[in-house]
Amino acid sequence: MFVLTEEQLAVKEAAREFAQSELKPGVIARDSKMEYPKEQVRKMAELGFLGMMVKPENGGGGMDTLSYVLAMEEISKVDNSCSVIMSVNNSLVCWGLEKFGTADQKAKYLSKLATGEWIGAFCLSEPEAGSDATSQRTTAVDMGDHYVLNGTKNWITNGGTSKLHIVIAQTNPEKKHRGINAFLVETSWDGVVIGGKEDKLGIRSSDTHTIMYTDVKVPKENRIGEDGFGFKFAMQVLSGGRIGIAAQALGIAAGALELAVAYSKEREAFGKPISQHQAIAFKLADMATDIEAARLMVYRAAWMKDQGLNFDSASAMAKLMASSVAMKHTVEAVQIHGGYGFVKEYHVERLMRDAKITQIYEGTSEVQKIVISRGVLNGELYIPMPIETNTH
Amino acid sequence: MLAESVKSFAKEQLAPKIEHLDEIEGFNDAAFRKLGDLGLLGITVAEEDGGAGMGAVAATIAMEEMAAVDASTTLSYLAHSILCVNQIGRNGSKEQKQKYLPKLISGEHIGGMGMSEPGAGSDALGMLTRAEKQANGAYKINGSKTWITNGPNGDIFYCYAKTGPTKKDLSTFIIEKDMVGFSKGKKFKKMGMRASPTGELWFTDVMVPEANRVGEENSSVKSMMRNLDIERITIAGLSLGIARNCIEVATQYSKERKQFGKHIGAFQQVQERLTEAAAWYEACRAITYQAAKTWDLGLMQGKEASMMAAKAKLQAAQMATQVGLDAIQILGGYGYTREFPVERQMRDAKLIEIGAGTNEVLRLVIARQMLGEIADELK
Ligand SMILES: Cc1cc2nc3c(=O)[nH]c(=O)nc-3n(C[C@H](O)[C@H](O)[C@H](O)COP(=O)(O)OP(=O)(O)OC[C@H]3O[C@@H](n4cnc5c(N)ncnc54)[C@H](O)[C@@H]3O)c2cc1C
Ligand SMILES: Cc1cc2nc3c(=O)[nH]c(=O)nc-3n(C[C@H](O)[C@H](O)[C@H](O)COP(=O)(O)OP(=O)(O)OC[C@H]3O[C@@H](n4cnc5c(N)ncnc54)[C@H](O)[C@@H]3O)c2cc1C
Repeated sequence: MFVLTEEQLAVKEAAREFAQSELKPGVIARDSKMEYPKEQVRKMAELGFLGMMVKPENGGGGMDTLSYVLAMEEISKVDNSCSVIMSVNNSLVCWGLEKFGTADQKAKYLSKLATGEWIGAFCLSEPEAGSDATSQRTTAVDMGDHYVLNGTKNWITNGGTSKLHIVIAQTNPEKKHRGINAFLVETSWDGVVIGGKEDKLGIRSSDTHTIMYTDVKVPKENRIGEDGFGFKFAMQVLSGGRIGIAAQALGIAAGALELAVAYSKEREAFGKPISQHQAIAFKLADMATDIEAARLMVYRAAWMKDQGLNFDSASAMAKLMASSVAMKHTVEAVQIHGGYGFVKEYHVERLMRDAKITQIYEGTSEVQKIVISRGVLNGELYIPMPIETNTH
Repeated sequence: MLAESVKSFAKEQLAPKIEHLDEIEGFNDAAFRKLGDLGLLGITVAEEDGGAGMGAVAATIAMEEMAAVDASTTLSYLAHSILCVNQIGRNGSKEQKQKYLPKLISGEHIGGMGMSEPGAGSDALGMLTRAEKQANGAYKINGSKTWITNGPNGDIFYCYAKTGPTKKDLSTFIIEKDMVGFSKGKKFKKMGMRASPTGELWFTDVMVPEANRVGEENSSVKSMMRNLDIERITIAGLSLGIARNCIEVATQYSKERKQFGKHIGAFQQVQERLTEAAAWYEACRAITYQAAKTWDLGLMQGKEASMMAAKAKLQAAQMATQVGLDAIQILGGYGYTREFPVERQMRDAKLIEIGAGTNEVLRLVIARQMLGEIADELK
């Protein structure tokens, strides 16, 4: 199932080369100073990493989800601020717009986003609506030919740099989550105010902001889908987005393993390389095994998405697994580095801090379990296979 | 009560500063020196030598209370009071105690301990720093130490160096920061414990008078190992303090935060994280204070005591990291930011799995006691 095509391998190589030579040199300083990777994002745009899955006629790379996952994995081995910026733009904003937007909306915005001329943001979370995304307090009142948007979003990745927001808001509170809509909102419009930047444990150079909308006039044609489609839109987009975050987690774990392997061969204690002590060698074995399992799950979810299969459970499982592997094994990678693991120079401590976010955003691990258990209880355990090999 | 006074000290002197000092990698110098007024800087030193005359239980209580608020200052406190002052009090001569303890105990001087080197961490006996005896009886020291807590800000260092041909020929020297040839290398930029300065010490032909050698020549291995025991017990207290606060913050948050119209404390997975954390914390607390009490009563000696201390630290350190991670998880996005202390405390907690003997080294210590020579057959 996962023999990579030449094109996919080329993408992986290009991403690796970019990450190792362009991202690695400054990543520690950017993280320490919470400095937005402006130049690096510009280069990602040039290399086509910001609209990978968008059709060429819409300005994108026309690649499959697996190619995107491979690129995310390589970039996440090094710089997870860059990879979250990339993930939000690719799998939440561009994918959501291309799949559900009108021809006019795509014509107006998609190529700008796919080429990275504009960076997009996805604005769902609110101070009181995190895991429970249904309880939206942001309102979009229908005024006939336009909507008026009011409310506050928080934790918005790309919040300080984005030119276009996809904003989720409540239009018909009495219809509960069926009254929710999604809108394309340009940040240059009156009433959009960018609030404070968060000081975070990890992914510190990504810009996470609170956003305030005060009487923002949104034209009717900027609503995505039918009236009331917003919640479904958000859930479907997040289901795809989770594959990106799962790939990020996978990259974090795989990056930590690469560093730990190299270090354990160099560092000696008690007269031999520490890789020759079982306690270290077997940690590496556990890391490698868990990472392979996670990798298969992430690639499979990507493949299912490309096959047009229902991938909700698969992407939730991939994210749950990959993020847990990332957290567990970055802690171990620090451990393998001993005191050196605790200092900034050796990169693993940053990966450990970055790993934690993959268990929180785009649905916490607990929320993934809500999704997965629902699927299991509905009998969705069946693993779809390609038609030819399906003997059932 | 000791716990109460440390608690209020931490609340007044440490809490207001720690967030900022963590951010800038500073040090709460003023508060540290005030620990002298509280009588905590020589907590284990005999009263006749100017100390508080208390033991491992008291030191562990102090660490737990302090670390619940500020683990960095607690680590610096540990390096000072347990690694340096306790050792001078235990092993120093009368003259050495008279010369060095008063200022260390009052807080005028800050102390540290130099054992680890760039190429010798877990394998501490692999150290390369050498002290050559001179004709006049003094020693000429060359080499370097790394990861030294209070290195950048300290005045007095309790340092080990090779004085003979074998790995076990170790001697101890009291080094003053102004000695000729002694200098300080870089200060590390760290993930956690950021308000506890860690740095390198360099020795280039440092002439140390014989009067500064602690104990007999080539006889320091035993006291170095013995000190690791009380270090491990008390540092386990540091892990306890971190974990306790994380549990408190996460519990409180679970009672306040609502999602899906329910307090998140109602969700069974949140309950699982909280209850497992609380149970593991209690278990670690029990073993840590048991080890401390056993140490104070002198009930266990030698390798048995080492095993007990190792067990306490091995569990407490792992527990605190996990509890820190779980607390962040319970707080969700809020846990990932600096608005709450748990992200800092998780960063701090990880150090205890590395310093004072890594988890792996502690398992070796325990395995050797349980299995004897068999434990080293793969060596
Ligand atoms: C750095 C960062 C970037 C982000 N970027 C974006 C972005 O670009 N756009 C956006 O819209 N959002 C973004 N988010 C928000 C993120 O998606 C939310 O933080 C996340 O959904 C969790 O919500 P919360 O923080 O409110 O936690 P809460 O929902 O309050 O959860 C608290 C705890 O309760 C648990 N819990 C909640 N409900 C249940 C339940 N039913 N059963 C069991 N346990 C439960 C959670 O798992 C968690 O452990 C970002 C967050 C961060 C920290
Ligand atoms: C913030 C900080 C403060 C510190 N303060 C002090 C101080 O004040 N004074 C001082 O002297 N030192 C101090 N240290 C040093 C600390 O004690 C060492 O970092 C620690 O002993 C580990 O040594 P190392 O870093 O060289 O790791 P290494 O010994 O290189 O270990 C690397 C990895 O190999 C593993 N390993 C090593 N040997 C074996 C084995 N035989 N079997 C299985 N696994 C093995 C280790 O567990 C670890 O996972 C401090 C360190 C830090 C980070």
